[in-house]
Amino acid sequence: MKYLSLVWAGLWRRKTRTAFTLLSVLAAFLLFGLLGAVRSAFDAGDQLAGANRLIVSSRLSITQALPIALLPRIQAVPGVKEVAWANWFGGYYQHPTPFFPNFAVSNNYLAVYHDLFALPPAQAKAFAETQDGAVVGAALAKQFGWKLGQRIPLIAGIFPRKDGSNGWTFQIVGIFKTPNARLKGAEQDFLFHWKYFDEGNAYMRNLAGWYVVTLDNPARAGDVARAIDAISQNSDHETKTQTEQAFQAAFAKQIGDIGLIAGGIMAAVFFTLLLLTGNTMAQAVRERIPELAVLKTLGFQDGAVLALVLAESVTLILLGGVLGMGLADLIIPGLNTALAGAFPALPGLGWHGWLSALGLMLMIGLVVGVLPALRGMRLRIVDALAGR
Amino acid sequence: MNTLHGALIEIRDLSKSYLRGKQSVPVLQGVNLDVATGDFFALMGPSGSGKSTLLNLIGGLDAPSAGSIVIGGQRIDRLGAAALARWRAANVGFVFQFYNLLPMLSAQKNVELPLLLTKLSASERRKRAAIALQLVGLADRASHKPSELSGGQQQRVAIARAIVTDPELLVCDEPTGDLDRASAEDVLSLLQQLNREHGKTIVMVTHDPRAAEHASHMVHLDKGELVGATRVSAPA
Repeated sequence: MKYLSLVWAGLWRRKTRTAFTLLSVLAAFLLFGLLGAVRSAFDAGDQLAGANRLIVSSRLSITQALPIALLPRIQAVPGVKEVAWANWFGGYYQHPTPFFPNFAVSNNYLAVYHDLFALPPAQAKAFAETQDGAVVGAALAKQFGWKLGQRIPLIAGIFPRKDGSNGWTFQIVGIFKTPNARLKGAEQDFLFHWKYFDEGNAYMRNLAGWYVVTLDNPARAGDVARAIDAISQNSDHETKTQTEQAFQAAFAKQIGDIGLIAGGIMAAVFFTLLLLTGNTMAQAVRERIPELAVLKTLGFQDGAVLALVLAESVTLILLGGVLGMGLADLIIPGLNTALAGAFPALPGLGWHGWLSALGLMLMIGLVVGVLPALRGMRLRIVDALAGR
Repeated sequence: MNTLHGALIEIRDLSKSYLRGKQSVPVLQGVNLDVATGDFFALMGPSGSGKSTLLNLIGGLDAPSAGSIVIGGQRIDRLGAAALARWRAANVGFVFQFYNLLPMLSAQKNVELPLLLTKLSASERRKRAAIALQLVGLADRASHKPSELSGGQQQRVAIARAIVTDPELLVCDEPTGDLDRASAEDVLSLLQQLNREHGKTIVMVTHDPRAAEHASHMVHLDKGELVGATRVSAPA
């Protein structure tokens, strides 16, 4: 501890350089925290026990639709309380961007997701009674300036109408809010009737993209999932029943192997960080060779000089790293709010994430510090004092 | 170090050579020298005469090529690097031409540096550093960084750092070489005071005859050999 002031003073010898290096370490560990959470979200998965809702989708691919004929058979599985279903529509309003999720849903979909979609009873009734009715999130309505009763044309990105046109018209009959602040991202959703879609599109009939199953007893989620998947075993439409989290992960994985992408980014970030901080430490020690020589002159042994430089390097990385991870921990709840519905919920960093980050900080600190520290340790006092 | 009446430093047949490429260049040759306990000893000579090399060998900063160096009864030329570092910490105070203070530390923290190697508590370290700064007349500058002090003040902080562990021997390499006349006089007076009132044995390298006049003995080096000794004044 008595050397701490020496380490701290050495660290801030060049304040601007240290501040910039700290910022890069902070940025690297902020990314580490966020991408680690993304990886965890996508790797999460198949913990069925305790789940309130299960998603039944094609075992082959989530882009593969399932026959609507499965509905009564799933409803008949013991433990199943209610079954809703939906299809991805993939339409857009005027321009492909900004993107917003839009689904064709069963009549009971809003009830099954009552925690996501809070709709006044009169609007829910209007939705049930209007064939081309749509309900939209408050954030989405605000974004495009949509009002109740307005007719909205969406352009089909995937499913043209039977007449070959891409224009689908909907009447806004409800604007919902999402009560849970963590799931506010769901207010970007656009929902309309599956029947309207099923009867109007040119490509598919009597097919559901996925089923949503609510349970009598969440503790029996595993048994129910196995029973549902057994229905279509050895058929051409085998199902995979999983948690919402796992389903969302699979959905987002359509754009690529998220874990691999996140891992690649992290590797690139930390390689750059190694070069950057390694260079900073080498420069810092090179400038201070005479000062290290003075310490050795005063009686500091080789090991002490080595330890001082390494401690400085580790402190630098720990400081930036802890700030970066702390920031990631603060940002994740906000990201979950913003991305709810479109992206699997990111888990908090937790002790495991912090422990692995601290291990990484320690390792990077030692790796970038070791060469400058060895240089400091090996310096010959007489040469160093003479500036040789 | 316990050499109450004898020589504190005994140097016999001391040689030092450096390798320049494949060639061995002799810097000191067959030097024999005794420095009595409590002496203020000036080493003089032109540039390249080997005086700084001799001072480095006496301070345990370098190892001789041949010969022996006994300081306070200890053959320091036979000590390994770690033992030599411990010996320096316990027995020698160093004063350099360019002060060599750590720029990011206050005067107080600079003076405390050698005490970090002891088992003293933080409060005891602070107390001793304060006393050393008081002794060199800089108690009121304890919190100042070196950049906030004049050259003479920085050198006095360096002297406080050199004496804070109460070593018997001070080695000073051109301690006034970077100072104006008035500051140099202050520093030399301070060294003289440490020698006379506190019994410190001082070996000082200088090429300034006026600085050497503050010493009690003076030896000249030329081309690596001792060429003459002069008694300047009565030792402390």
